[in-house]
Amino acid sequence: MQTVQHQSGAEGVDTHAGADVDEIMQKVAEHKGCGTSGGSGKASCGSGAGENDLPPEIWEKVKNHPCYSEEAHHHYARMHVAVAPACNIQCNYCNRKYDCANESRPGVVSEKLTPEQAAKKVLAVASTIPQMTVLGIAGPGDPLANPEKTFKTFELIAKTAPDIKLCVSTNGLALPDHVEQLSKYNIDHVTITINMIDPEVGAKIYPWIYYKKKRYHGVEAAKILTDRQLQGLEMLTERGILSKINSVMIPGINDQHLVEVNKAVKSRGAFLHNIMPLISAPEHGTVFGLTGQRGPTAQELKALQDSCEGEMNMMRHCRQCRADAVGLLGEDRSAEFTTDKIMEMEVSYDLESRKAYQAAVEKERDAVVAAKKAEMESLAGEHSDIKMLIAVATKGGGKVNEHFGHAKEFQVYELSTAGAKFVGHRRVDLYCQGGYGEEDSLATIIRAINDCHAVFVAKIGGCPKNDLKAAGIDPVDQFAGEFIEQSAIAYFKDYLDKVKSGEVEHVERGDAQIRQGALTSAEAA
Amino acid sequence: MAYKIVKDNCTGCSACEPECPNQAISETKDGLFVIDPAKCTECIGHHDEAQCVAVCPIDDTCIIDDNYPRYQAA
Repeated sequence: MQTVQHQSGAEGVDTHAGADVDEIMQKVAEHKGCGTSGGSGKASCGSGAGENDLPPEIWEKVKNHPCYSEEAHHHYARMHVAVAPACNIQCNYCNRKYDCANESRPGVVSEKLTPEQAAKKVLAVASTIPQMTVLGIAGPGDPLANPEKTFKTFELIAKTAPDIKLCVSTNGLALPDHVEQLSKYNIDHVTITINMIDPEVGAKIYPWIYYKKKRYHGVEAAKILTDRQLQGLEMLTERGILSKINSVMIPGINDQHLVEVNKAVKSRGAFLHNIMPLISAPEHGTVFGLTGQRGPTAQELKALQDSCEGEMNMMRHCRQCRADAVGLLGEDRSAEFTTDKIMEMEVSYDLESRKAYQAAVEKERDAVVAAKKAEMESLAGEHSDIKMLIAVATKGGGKVNEHFGHAKEFQVYELSTAGAKFVGHRRVDLYCQGGYGEEDSLATIIRAINDCHAVFVAKIGGCPKNDLKAAGIDPVDQFAGEFIEQSAIAYFKDYLDKVKSGEVEHVERGDAQIRQGALTSAEAA
Repeated sequence: MAYKIVKDNCTGCSACEPECPNQAISETKDGLFVIDPAKCTECIGHHDEAQCVAVCPIDDTCIIDDNYPRYQAA
């Protein structure tokens, strides 16, 4: 009985919200650059969007936010400070007891900080990494379950480093209580993790929540959670705060359902949807890890992201980073900034030199965009149904500039006559350790990029080159140091010519593995 | 008449501290939390369930301390 009521509950929200709210949401959503009226609004919204695709005020908010702009994430860095250890819900993919410096996943942190320590850390990082533009509070618990610590941290940083964007990532349960305060502190970006809008699905993901001095279980808990999440999202939209929705894709539990979630959040004005693969291994000690719940394969994840993209643009560059991560999204420099090290650091916050550095970054970005545009002209008039993936070894700046053996991850681009599009990334073990290759690591890399036709690298040794070729992946080092998209388009044009002339026969690639339990660069310390 | 926190289970997340209606919970030097048995009322008279138990993310961490008789509301 309760069950039936709850199943319709998710849709019921729409009905009870009424047409007026729908209208407002539509307007706000359009204002935010993300129309809800179907396909036409799509191109103007989301992480892949560039300067010319967004209204100026929105572009200003996302242009140097690595988590909100795919383009920005090649150039700008973020950091999280772990000031919020308490949480008000339990998720089956999270185990709060676990911490290891070599793990990179949300909810994991090496040390918790006081707001004062966090403020010092932000200054230390900002003076060391001038392209660090964004500070997020993402746990390791829920920031809004620790409101005093969270807002105290924001207050201190707003005073000492006013050019840094502040953002917060929450499970949404306490969000409606804090939207006013978020607005007051000029928090422009809020991420809500929404894994379901159907409490029956939610009951399989959340064993309990703590709400209004009570612990709730099962469907009842999930019903409260989804109502609060959607209410919070609507409140953010009404105030013009950009919201990103994170969803964990759990095969067999919410994978199909996330299409419904996508519609629900889009209609409430969410800016961006980030569907992430479940991270689940027995050694994490999570419920899902222990029950053997698997994560999605690369093709399953991409298929779901693609199917939602018709409705709304998708974030595909999320690295599911730790609650104390520091650096570009594909790297983690947190080990350089432990509390002990920070307290010894001489910190001088020089706003001018940060600005000068960032101006240079902007020039580089313009060059990337211009190069891509120029190369696209070579594809003009080309028609082909061929789509292919390539993997790229890069250490940032939008260039093919990483040695195959040093790559900690590969960025994946989809090539077609429409151009080169970033569609994801694959974490890999360090293949090159101490100067010699290890065969097992190479097998891991091949499994991780098995769906790609080619891998672009700055340099590659003879042995891995031959093994890649044997696996049907073309190792490409001719674009060393050049821009990724420009190179990819040139490669694709050449590939099409070869297919046409019969020199190459185009064959589809198989699936690839998403690595569980990624490593971080903790050893870089 | 009190709950206690099992030290080996406590993650130091601090979730319990602000929820205690008696301000009986405090942080120790090693970053974990303890309950002052003299202040703990098992939330009787305040809430339906002990707040530290309800909010704690780790099962069997906030438990009845058998060294004290159960709390009796005045």
